[in-house]
Amino acid sequence: MATITVQRPKLAWHEKWFISPFIKGMKLTLGHAIKNLFLLIGRKEKTTMEYPEQKWDLNLPDYYRGAPALVTDEHDRERCVSCQLCEFICPPKAIKIIPSEIPSDDPWAKVEKRPKVFEIDMIRCIYCGMCEEVCPEQAIYLRKDYAITGTSRAEMLHDKKRLYEIGGKRVGLVNKWNELK
Amino acid sequence: MADFFASFNIAFLIASAAKIIFLTFLVILPMVAYSVYAERRFSAIIQDRVGPNRVGIPLTLFGFKKDIQILGIGGLLQPMADGLKFILKEDFTPGHVNKFYYWLAPCLTMVPALLTCAVMPFGSELDLSWFGIAQPIKSVIADLNVGPLYMFAISSLGVYGIVLAGWSSNSKYPFLGGVRSSSQMISYEISLGLSIIPVLMIFGELNLSKMSAYQDANGWLLLPFWGEGLSLSRWVLLIPLGISFVVFTISMFAETNRTPFDLAECETELVAGYHTEYSSMKFALFFLGEYAAMIIGSGLAVTLFFGGWSIPFGPLLSQLTGLQFHFVPGHTPLYTGLLHIATFFAKVFGCILFFIWVRWTLPRFRFDQLMALGWKVFFELALVNVILTAVILIWCPLK
Repeated sequence: MATITVQRPKLAWHEKWFISPFIKGMKLTLGHAIKNLFLLIGRKEKTTMEYPEQKWDLNLPDYYRGAPALVTDEHDRERCVSCQLCEFICPPKAIKIIPSEIPSDDPWAKVEKRPKVFEIDMIRCIYCGMCEEVCPEQAIYLRKDYAITGTSRAEMLHDKKRLYEIGGKRVGLVNKWNELK
Repeated sequence: MADFFASFNIAFLIASAAKIIFLTFLVILPMVAYSVYAERRFSAIIQDRVGPNRVGIPLTLFGFKKDIQILGIGGLLQPMADGLKFILKEDFTPGHVNKFYYWLAPCLTMVPALLTCAVMPFGSELDLSWFGIAQPIKSVIADLNVGPLYMFAISSLGVYGIVLAGWSSNSKYPFLGGVRSSSQMISYEISLGLSIIPVLMIFGELNLSKMSAYQDANGWLLLPFWGEGLSLSRWVLLIPLGISFVVFTISMFAETNRTPFDLAECETELVAGYHTEYSSMKFALFFLGEYAAMIIGSGLAVTLFFGGWSIPFGPLLSQLTGLQFHFVPGHTPLYTGLLHIATFFAKVFGCILFFIWVRWTLPRFRFDQLMALGWKVFFELALVNVILTAVILIWCPLK
C-alpha cells in the first residue's frame, strides 16, 4: 500500500499558541450574542420558536408522520375491514384488533368484516407509518397531530371512537365497495 | 468576667456582623444565584436560543391569566425556582459511600469560597455621620495586612471538597474527577501565586484596601491614565503586568474549574465528574461553590488589576464636576462610598460575563495539554516575569 503523506497546514506562531484562533472564536460568539440580544430586546423574529405559543403546524410537510388514525369513506362506512395486516406489521406491536362480522341485514354486508375493537397504544407507537403503507383498504393514515399527551396509560390508549375522531372522513381514494361505481 | 466582656468593642462587632450579613447573604449569595441565570441566558443568546424566560411571579397558580414578569425581563425568578427544586428533591446518600466525607465534601467546597470574601474590599468607606456614627466605616469585613495570602490559603482549601467528594463517592467517575482536579489545582496554584508577585512588588503592599486606594489615586494598574499613572515607569511596567494578568486570569480559570479547564467534571468523559453521586442540595452546594469561587476570583482580579472599587477617572471626574468621586481617607461622602460599592460589583459582574463568554467559546483542553501548559509555560513565564519586573523597577523606579 502506498503511503500518503498528509500535508499539514503550516501554522503561524500565533495560531500555534491559540492566540488568533481564540480571538476569532470570541468574536464569533460575541457576534451571535449581540445579534440575538437585539432580536430579544426588539421582540423581533427569533431563530427559536417559543413552542406552546408559536407552532410550526402550518409549515408541516405533506409527508409528516403524526398520530395514526382510522378514516371513513364518503358514505361514512368505516374503511377498515379488519384484515389485521397493520397489527402484524406494527414493529412495536402497538395495534390491537378484534375483528367482527358485519350482520347480513347491514347495507354493507358484502364487506363481511369490520373491527369490533381497534386500539392503538400511543405509548408504544413509534410513528413509523408502516400501518399506513401496508393497509390494502387505505383505512389507516398518519395525521399531523404530534402532541399526543395524557396523564394516565389509559388515556394514551386510542380506541376506535377516538381514532375515527382524529381521522375523520377521506373521500375519493378506493371505491371498490361502492355500489354506484 | 466583666473585664472580658468590657474588652469587646461592641460597635466594631455590630459593624462587622452587619458587613458579613450584607456581603455574604445580601450580595454574594444572590449574585451566585443570578450568575447561574446570567450563564443560562448568555449561553442561550450565544447559541441562537432564547434561554429561561418564563419564570415570573406565579400568579397563574392563584387563578390569574398571566404570570408577572419582573421588569419585563422574562425568567428573573428562575434562580428561586431552581433553588426550590433543589430543596424539594430527594437528598439521596448511596449505600456504598463513606458517609462522613461524603457529607463533608459539599461544605468544604462552599465554605472556603465564602470565607475568602472576608478580606475583599468591596468599597472605600461609608461615612455614616448622619446616623450619629462619627468614625467612617470601612467597606471590608477584615482589613488584613496579608489579604492575597489569606485568599490563596483559604481558596486552595476548596480542592479538598472536590478530592473528598471524588474519594468518598467510591465510584470510578467521581474518583477520576477528584484525581484530575487535585493535580490540576495544585499545579495552577503555583502560577497563580507567582503571577501576582510582580503586582505585589509594584504596590509594595499586601493590604487589598490600600492597593485599591493607591489605584484610585494613581490610575489602575492596567489603565494608568491619571495621578502617578502617567509616569514613564508605570507605562513600562505595563509589559510585565500584561503578562501577569494573562497568567493570572488563565490560572484563575483552571483554579475555579471553569471551561476550558473543567476536567474535574467534564460531562463528555466522566458523567458529571466528582459530583456524579450527589443529588439535591448537596449537589447545589458544589454548583454554588463553583460560582462563589468564580465571584471571589473575579473580585481579586478586579482589586489587583482594575482598581477594585475605584471609579474610572475618579480624580479627573472630581475636578470636572466639583462632586467628589475619588477616595480621601476619612473625608469621603456617603454617596461616593455607595458609588464605590456599586462600581466594585459592576466590575465583578463584568468579569463574570467574561468567564461565561469564554466558557461558551472554547472547547475543553486535553488533560496532558492542561498540565503541560501549567508546568512548562505558565510556571516559567511567571518566574521570568518576576525578574523582569524587578529589573524594570531598578532601572526606572516608582516614586
